Amino acid sequence: MNSNFGSMPLRYRISIDREQCMECGRCVENCPYGVFRWDGERILINSRNCTACHRCLTYCPRDAIMLQEHPCDYRSHPVWTRGVRESIYNQARTGKIILAGMGSVANLPIIFDHLMLDACQVTTPPTDPLREPVELRTYLGKKPSKLEFTQKPNGDVELSTELTPNLMLETPIMLGHMSYGALSLNAHVAMARAAKETGTFMGTGEGGLHPGLYPYQDRMIVQIASGRFGVNVDYLERGAAIELKLGQGAKPGIGGHLPGEKVSADVSKTRMIPQGSDAISPAPHHDIYGIEDLPQLVNSVKEATERKKPIFAKIAAVNNNAENVAAVARSGVDAIAIDGFRGGTGAAPRVFRDHVGIPIEVAIATADRELRNQGLRNEVSLIACGSIRESADVIKAIALGADAVYIGTAALVAMGCRVCGNCYQGLCSWGIATQRPDLVARLDPDVASNQVANLIRAWTLEITELMGAAGINSIESLRGNRDRLRGYMLDEGLLEILDVKSVGA
Amino acid sequence: MCGIFGVMDKRRQMMDGSGIREALSMMNERGSGEGAGYVAYGIYPDYRDCYALHVFFDNACENKAIVDATLEQWGSIECDEAIPTCDQLNLKVNCTPWRYFFKPDASLAPGSASPEKDVVTNLVMQINACANGAEIVSSGKNVGLFKASGWPEDVADYYRIQDYEGYIWLAHNRYATSNPELWERPDPFNLHDWSVVENGKTTTYGANRRYVESFGYNCSTGTDSEVIAYLIDLLTRKHGLDINLAIRALAPPYWDEIDRMPEAEQNLNRALRFAYGSATMNGPFTVVAANPDMMVGFTDRGKLRPMVVGECGDRLYIASEETAIRAMEPKVESITRPAAGEPVIGRVAP
Repeated sequence: MNSNFGSMPLRYRISIDREQCMECGRCVENCPYGVFRWDGERILINSRNCTACHRCLTYCPRDAIMLQEHPCDYRSHPVWTRGVRESIYNQARTGKIILAGMGSVANLPIIFDHLMLDACQVTTPPTDPLREPVELRTYLGKKPSKLEFTQKPNGDVELSTELTPNLMLETPIMLGHMSYGALSLNAHVAMARAAKETGTFMGTGEGGLHPGLYPYQDRMIVQIASGRFGVNVDYLERGAAIELKLGQGAKPGIGGHLPGEKVSADVSKTRMIPQGSDAISPAPHHDIYGIEDLPQLVNSVKEATERKKPIFAKIAAVNNNAENVAAVARSGVDAIAIDGFRGGTGAAPRVFRDHVGIPIEVAIATADRELRNQGLRNEVSLIACGSIRESADVIKAIALGADAVYIGTAALVAMGCRVCGNCYQGLCSWGIATQRPDLVARLDPDVASNQVANLIRAWTLEITELMGAAGINSIESLRGNRDRLRGYMLDEGLLEILDVKSVGA
Repeated sequence: MCGIFGVMDKRRQMMDGSGIREALSMMNERGSGEGAGYVAYGIYPDYRDCYALHVFFDNACENKAIVDATLEQWGSIECDEAIPTCDQLNLKVNCTPWRYFFKPDASLAPGSASPEKDVVTNLVMQINACANGAEIVSSGKNVGLFKASGWPEDVADYYRIQDYEGYIWLAHNRYATSNPELWERPDPFNLHDWSVVENGKTTTYGANRRYVESFGYNCSTGTDSEVIAYLIDLLTRKHGLDINLAIRALAPPYWDEIDRMPEAEQNLNRALRFAYGSATMNGPFTVVAANPDMMVGFTDRGKLRPMVVGECGDRLYIASEETAIRAMEPKVESITRPAAGEPVIGRVAP
């Protein structure tokens, strides 16, 4: 494509300390983006290809490689930022939508960071989790709002309310839906093993279920998205629960896109699509054009699986989130996952990722309030997702009203991901977001599963300690307990929406 | 902090308030002299068919007209008068205690299984939610609640509780942490049948309040006992749980214990935790609650606050300290300390 722009200033500059370098060539082998190449005895550098994935830095035995971000910037300007200017150059050249990987880069305040947690001092004692039980066990699914009993002839009462199936989690942290295709099989196997080891569950994403994951199927939540990739009755029967993906926080209102480069032979079989073809899921489900169509889909999925499995629905957090949640809660689903605007993605149009949707903190708070106002809170469990970064985010999300959370990016980071944001290129040097066999082989599922399991264990321990300090010994006593949060430097309007008091109040 | 005391006579034999005053003042080191209260069942036999509303007026001259008008809308006032009081040197009086004997108009709650109680509940919520200078502190038949900011002896003498005779008494000695000047803040709390005293402070006030308010209750004072009284009313009257199950919903066994139960019991306990997760109380507490037919005591499942049970003849005692029981019943026959999660339920003979 012709343009008069020439080349842009470098985004990253890679340099090699030639005194340290021993010309072992590990950087050349490790970089899938083509930054390094041999020129006879010497290693040459093309910094323009660098994604800051850090693979070369990590594997250089002499620490000889250095990476600098924005070595030469534009004239600084508060309005016409580098990002704005480069998007314009890019679009002026191509006339296309700009794609981006991973979560929003918009520099907006993070509400979680402005919520402070409570702890007990003298009027109530803290609970010591080393000596007393603190229960994190979480059940996801429909709960009765009232119980019915029958009196037996001998005077005993017997419960006559039948409980609908719930998922039992040992910790309120689940691994969110990221498809096989977007991620490698080794990444999926690693997460599935971690879910099994830590007593939690993992989402399949919309890519079907690879036979390599069958051993962990009782820990998998299988997803049905608008493209219906990989969906058949065998798939539904294998899952512990089934999730209908109605929306995604990184790109509300549009469908998904898996580039053909990532559709390998195995991915093609699992997704039931031709090898090398782009997998494009439509924006709506073409059997849901109105809310009254959703109960029909929910019911048909329930019937297909003999009403033995909980059905989840995932929606993106948008302006009328409370109304959407209340509508979905009436459709017969057992849990609703709400994905905030900072949610991750393998590929999304940049303009959607950075500008559409609302924060997960607000979405959970308004959903919980609306469900309670309408007497529907026990109808569904709420799962918060989209930028859950640490254990404190988990506990804050639950105090705002969530039952559990999905983590995505955090689990990838636990496997080595450096959040370089180039997942859509299919060249992930860590073997996570790629299908190229030599790259996939870099991720050892035994090692990676242990790292993901460790992350879940570590957060679980931190949550236990935080709950103990707050004198709370069961997770349901934390749920929606907004009195145990205080807002720091949040405006009055937002505090009211969150139903949280200001610090000092 | 706080000392609590409850006594019940299984055969409805009356006890005047003097013994309860003695018992409660034995626990003065648990209080701060800024709040005490008594509630008694059976004290208004002449008006046994009326709901006795005890009301605190900031100012009887201005605030009473509003309550009179509201009551006339919801039913009829049989009689009303100032609650007899006797000024005490150490008590700073900042409100006027009044009582109404009130008959609710059941036709205003059509379709209800307990229309009179629904009317009284609505009435209490309506008056207590508004900043109208009036606070209804008790609203049951043949029940009356007496509380103020001060030491138990002064509060008892102010209301002359030795002049009242009841078959169930609950009492509370407050260690104040907020609003020591407000007379409506100390325990007990009452909503028609149920009265509650608590020693402790739950860590789930916010969650419990959000839950109970979604059923139309309105928590106006920010205290645990108010929420607990509403929770017990909701669970027993509206949800039809028997008191055993209601207590189990409020202070459930751990999952590990549930996992070890026989299957039917496991299902029942799981269902209770599923349905009432938001009603579950956490943090340290001992609660003694009563209605006209029973007195119950229960603690948090770790039993972080004391609960001593005494029995003597027809009398059942529940208190924070044994010494309080012995002050009223020197010859008490048995003293026990129930384990964590083991409720005490005493019923009046039918």
